[in-house]
Amino acid sequence: MIRILVRYSVLFVLTLLVLTALSFVLAYLFPGDVLVNLSGITPENEVQRDALVRQYRLDQSYLIQFWHYLQQLMNGNWGYSFTSGLPLREEVGLALPATIEISTYAMLMALFIGLPVGYYAGIRSYSLSDRTINSVSLISYSVPVFWLALVLILFFSLELGVAPLSGRISLMFDIPSVTGFILIDILLSEHIDHGLALRDALHHLLLPTLAIGTITTAAMIRITRRSVIDVLQKPYIAAARARGLSRPQIFVRHVMRNASLPILPLMAIQITTLITNAMIVETLFSWPGIGNWLIQAIYQRDYPALRIGMLAVSTLVISLTILVDMFNRMLDPGRERFERGAI
Amino acid sequence: MIPRSQLTFPLFFITALCLLSGCTQSADDAFYQSGVIYCSESNPVYFNPQLDTSSTTTDATSHQLYDRLLDFEPDSGRIVPSLASSWMISDDGLTYTFQLRKDVSFHSTSYFTPTRNFNADDIIFSINRWRLPSHPYHPVSGGRYPYFESLGLADNIASVERINGYRVEITLRQRDSSFLANLATDFSVILSKEYADQLLKQGIPARLDQFPIGTGPFRFVGHRKDHYIRYHRHPDYWQNKHSAEQLIFDITPRSSLRLAKLITGECDATAFPAQTELNVIRNRENLMLAEKPGLNIGFWAFNTQRPPFDNPDVRRALAFAIDKNTLLEAVYFGSATRAKTLLPAASWAYQDDADDTAYNPVLARKLLDDAGIEPGFSMTIWAMPVERAYNPNATKMAELIQRYLADVGIRATIVSYDWSTFRRHLRDGLHDSVLIGWSADNGDPDNFYRPLLSCSAIPSGTNRAMWCNEDYEQLINQALQTDEIEKRRAIYRQANRLLYEKLPLVPIAHAYRYQAYREVLSGMAINPYGGVRFSGVKKAQ
Repeated sequence: MIRILVRYSVLFVLTLLVLTALSFVLAYLFPGDVLVNLSGITPENEVQRDALVRQYRLDQSYLIQFWHYLQQLMNGNWGYSFTSGLPLREEVGLALPATIEISTYAMLMALFIGLPVGYYAGIRSYSLSDRTINSVSLISYSVPVFWLALVLILFFSLELGVAPLSGRISLMFDIPSVTGFILIDILLSEHIDHGLALRDALHHLLLPTLAIGTITTAAMIRITRRSVIDVLQKPYIAAARARGLSRPQIFVRHVMRNASLPILPLMAIQITTLITNAMIVETLFSWPGIGNWLIQAIYQRDYPALRIGMLAVSTLVISLTILVDMFNRMLDPGRERFERGAI
Repeated sequence: MIPRSQLTFPLFFITALCLLSGCTQSADDAFYQSGVIYCSESNPVYFNPQLDTSSTTTDATSHQLYDRLLDFEPDSGRIVPSLASSWMISDDGLTYTFQLRKDVSFHSTSYFTPTRNFNADDIIFSINRWRLPSHPYHPVSGGRYPYFESLGLADNIASVERINGYRVEITLRQRDSSFLANLATDFSVILSKEYADQLLKQGIPARLDQFPIGTGPFRFVGHRKDHYIRYHRHPDYWQNKHSAEQLIFDITPRSSLRLAKLITGECDATAFPAQTELNVIRNRENLMLAEKPGLNIGFWAFNTQRPPFDNPDVRRALAFAIDKNTLLEAVYFGSATRAKTLLPAASWAYQDDADDTAYNPVLARKLLDDAGIEPGFSMTIWAMPVERAYNPNATKMAELIQRYLADVGIRATIVSYDWSTFRRHLRDGLHDSVLIGWSADNGDPDNFYRPLLSCSAIPSGTNRAMWCNEDYEQLINQALQTDEIEKRRAIYRQANRLLYEKLPLVPIAHAYRYQAYREVLSGMAINPYGGVRFSGVKKAQ
């Protein structure tokens, strides 16, 4: 157990180090002044410039610069955004939770819809209902998320007018950002009608969640179904049947648990896709998340923001992947590595 | 074989989602009706229009946060009292005495609580800030006052004196028949001296332009860049007390998204509907489209300080190379009229029989040959990156012009940057030619002739042609020496003639102004003299 922890920690630290190095190199690769790309501050005179050069150790060797860059990152000094002039840490702190939030809801949707439907399809395998579920999920899985989001907007927002198409909540509500998660922030804020605000926020969540969640749900259905079919073919199911257990008994005692184990690692792989999808969909729904923020940064050639944004997103994805992988490993140490990795 | 609960759960989940989405509209309408949401196109640079002529800034500030000494009546363009309840002009036309309104209170916000009402000191502070380079606030926030600089207004004011707490006297060096109009523009806002003093004492004067305090119908609550600006009603507003409780600017740069939000009701009004979208708005029953001929001009300016564009013949050749009517159809979709001079037909000094260039590529080529411009000569056309009424799609227009120029053997490349960089580079004169325009801030013709082409407008960054001509200066100064309309009109005719000969810029179009809003909004109207106004606008019950 400790060995696994150590191994994953080393892996985690090393990967982060490589990423940080990459983001540091970006400051040199982006057009413009390295100093400005690193700090986000355009020095107004030579004195200020010298002070910044000293602060970022730009007069010393690359290694020392990098070491210092690491220290600055650790201390929370991530530089400033060109366009807003705000500390990048603050900006990422506002944007990243919004992305995590919407991804979480999409994942919940996948769990609450994907799992039961997947079980159902697995048990009824190769029946008409299974084939229907199978083909619907295959279609949903293949639909480009960008297009799906547009279709949802066109249909639900513009034609039917049942769902708003942009933002997290009506701007009529003034919700101060505390955690960055809108539903929690609503509960924390004062002087507002909490019920109304929550309803408004859920209303806004509807379409983006649906757009991202559909694809993850389809993946979930397919993974669960496959897993259930595999388990059903195992000899112990035949044995249980021979012992005279009823179908619900077999399902609850043998199928559910055994089929669930392989689902987790496979879903972990979906997390990356999920976050990528979320970032794409954000721009369509004007969701104030990290994807939208990065796109703005690209439009406005905000190099410090791009550098930190890349670091923040990749750190998030890698932490999640490594965490889930480690979790699997600890839950199910018996399996061999290649089995866990298979899709 | 499946336990029933397995099936009911997803069903329950879906029903719950539908219920949530279905029931929001009906309940608590009162809350949603208490505020007005306006989809604006960009972020204001400052919350003080003295510092910026961009309409994004004036829209977000002038008529929301501030008042001016005087105002324009939207329908007639007459100058009417605002913070000044009355005024007197001396016989020589040099001394203006303003009687100020009493009981006008400044905003009380989380960052400032006023201890006194508005008085003469605030007027003196607001004017002296841009007028006197020695004023402690003059260099704050960049120290550029483009509108006043472009008109040379500061040099013409000899003194601003306090007679008593509610009476101010302004003395000019030379007569200026457009002076009152200038005091009524979006830029001549009145700031709070008490607040400014307080900030200066704290050593953070720049906050004056980011956390504004004014006397206007709304007070500032917050701004998140690229997301929103939030205002609340000023409860003690001296004038109209029936504005919406909240005013929110939802910053939405994409025009199509603004339209979509207007349709779904996430916005109650939007800025700059695109010409292609006008019919969509007209065809929707619950959307309204107000239209008025605008006081604006879209033009193609040459950088007259760069050879070969310093040669009037080259400029004339280029003007003959393009077909304005095609540009009008392709870019404005019939929502604009062809421009011959700087002035639109809505202005009293409009000259119907002014000279205009006509499409003649053969003549253009000949003129170019005469000027020694070989085929294959290359130049840049800068196309502004934002939509404005006077040019809704500068890039498209640039592409069309590019093709026209190719016909006369000139290779044009199109240049664009983000809006603030674009304007900075323009001020530095890095362009060969630029497609841009001007929306007037008051009905006076001087507001076109001076900021666009006078010498003093070069450093302030509104003279995009970088053109400075002595005869022209004399003419437009002469026009201000008299109050007689006919005399002024005759002088502007001479100026038009001169401009036609020298052609520092090619006038292209005067566009209509549009304001799209939802039917539920009452009190919404186009303000032909500058920025949008939300005072008195509210949602119908």
